[in-house]
Amino acid sequence: MSETRELDFAEAIREAIRQEMLRDKTLILMGEDVGKFGGIFGCTKGLQAEFGEERIRDTPISETAILGASIGAALTGMHCIAELEFMDFIGCPMDQIFNQMAKIRYMFGGSMNVPVVLRAPAGSRYPVACGAAQHSQSLEAWFMHVPGLKVVTPSMPYDAKGLLINAIRCGDPVLFVEHKLLYYAKRMASLRGPYPTLIQKVPEESYVIPFGKADIKRPGEDITVVATMMMVHKALRVAEELAKKGISMEVIDPRTLVPLDKQTIVESVKKTGKVVVASEDAKTAGVGAEIAAMIMEEAFDYLDAPVKRVSGLDVPIPYAPILESTVVPQERHIREAVLEVLGQKE
Amino acid sequence: MELEKQKLLLMYRNMLRIRRFEERLAEESARGNIPGLLHLYVGEEAVAVGACSTLRKDDYITSTHRGHGHCIAKGGDLRKMMAELFGKETGYCKGRGGSMHIAAPDIGIVGCSAIAGANIPIAAGVGLSSKLRKTDQVCISFFGDGASNTGAFHEGMNLAALWNLPVVYVLENNLYAISTPAVRSSKLRNISDRAAGYGMRAAVVDGMDALSVYEVVSDAVARARKGEGPTLVECKTYRFRGHHEGDPKKGEIYRTKQEMDEWEKRDPIIRLGEKMVKEHKAAQAELNAINQETMREIEDAVAFAKQSPSPKPEDASTYLFAS
Repeated sequence: MSETRELDFAEAIREAIRQEMLRDKTLILMGEDVGKFGGIFGCTKGLQAEFGEERIRDTPISETAILGASIGAALTGMHCIAELEFMDFIGCPMDQIFNQMAKIRYMFGGSMNVPVVLRAPAGSRYPVACGAAQHSQSLEAWFMHVPGLKVVTPSMPYDAKGLLINAIRCGDPVLFVEHKLLYYAKRMASLRGPYPTLIQKVPEESYVIPFGKADIKRPGEDITVVATMMMVHKALRVAEELAKKGISMEVIDPRTLVPLDKQTIVESVKKTGKVVVASEDAKTAGVGAEIAAMIMEEAFDYLDAPVKRVSGLDVPIPYAPILESTVVPQERHIREAVLEVLGQKE
Repeated sequence: MELEKQKLLLMYRNMLRIRRFEERLAEESARGNIPGLLHLYVGEEAVAVGACSTLRKDDYITSTHRGHGHCIAKGGDLRKMMAELFGKETGYCKGRGGSMHIAAPDIGIVGCSAIAGANIPIAAGVGLSSKLRKTDQVCISFFGDGASNTGAFHEGMNLAALWNLPVVYVLENNLYAISTPAVRSSKLRNISDRAAGYGMRAAVVDGMDALSVYEVVSDAVARARKGEGPTLVECKTYRFRGHHEGDPKKGEIYRTKQEMDEWEKRDPIIRLGEKMVKEHKAAQAELNAINQETMREIEDAVAFAKQSPSPKPEDASTYLFAS
């Protein structure tokens, strides 16, 4: 019988990597401080001791080399996980990601696969820690714009494990975005309280969650909220509060932005006629823009109100907590947007 | 280093195949038959052939936007290459890649990238793969003097040296990055001096002499194969044509006619041919016959490319993902 334990996000990630390392002898992982140190967010803790320095590889601060070496190894028989310490550093190896990793399979006529998973910790850590402008960003929308990459944005431990295992096995380059606030659940009671969904029962055995399948995290009738990563947890909390006012909110987590499960979103819109898209990235040309435009194309006739976006302000993430919580969307922003679309007042 | 006659004849043939292939490309391009940009390798053949002649079929190379020579030297099929350049479905990349993006995993061509320096760290990864899979395969990574000034060069060289990877970095110093002379891009006269800063072996070689390139790269490949790590081999060479077909006056805007004439006198194919005849390794008639055979081979490749079907518009999205 399978064991089901309560894991947080970081534990689920670590378990997925460990199980895949055991299954696939060609799988290696490289990044900065991933060895004895266990990764700056602890996701690779204990793995080097178990699998050795050849497979869990500490690298210099050389993101271009981390990506390049992962790609080269992946093209010649290995499977690779490349770890960035913060997604904010993704500009350094950008060419390797968007010109090499993403394009190789297509431009070489399908003659080679590029099985590289790039793990990238993203997002604001407010109220846990203030990372400011270069340690807090959510940049996943950039990569939705690069044909050839799959973009995975899990929100919960169960999803994280199954999606990461699928990412490793799928044979394609995957950007696997991990919201940093999700890592802290077990360490911080102040986070667990408001967001109990940060810790979940996760089966011990290995399992795969396919890409392009959204998950309805809370069914509802009156309004659809499409939310990603940390915004899923915030939306669920808002849904709980608004239920007391008799509002039935459906919360959909796309789980993967590329491929995007349009069908589940469209079906929900047909039912509710009203949509809010909640993502943490900057508003302009962001995740919300793409999903809103898709809804316009696919479900315009079913809309009773314009699609509303809840997203970051178009400014860098500021340091002062009072500014950060203004720039990064919070529950109050989701609540206000939902009520506005419903035509209700507080 | 004494090479046997068959090896020398094959090297001569491969250099000639590169030259004739590209001369024909220039003609076809002028006639409007090649849809894309061409960066020709004419003049640099000794580097690709000297280096690739040291490799086994299961060894790897990575290449650049100026990659026809490397691909032919590694055993690339002229029909599939020509078809790719014509943008046909029968090409190496089914017409999706073109001149700057040929790959052929079955003969170890991991791929050509048109971003200067991008393949330097990728080659390190190829070497890492050989090492972890415990094969003795070696990777040669070709790049130019221009690419040596990128950040990717620094990170890739450092990692290859640090991890003692079986990679030979072949730097083709043809003196110009498009129009900018190497002396305006680096204070070093020998760019390979940088290898010392990474704890990597280096060598400088006459890139117009296939046998010298062969000798130096042979040694580097043998060391890499034995687990002794990477080497940076700087080949001093020159492109006889412009940066690309269409570069006005073959680049006379940024280099002198006199300089171009002097380098052309060092034509690597003539040089190898004369040496073989002089040392009685081959008769002139044999070399002439190789030329005739090569011309027929090129003719066949062009006919194949012209007769081949174009990709279908409805297939524009195929090959994006494996699953």
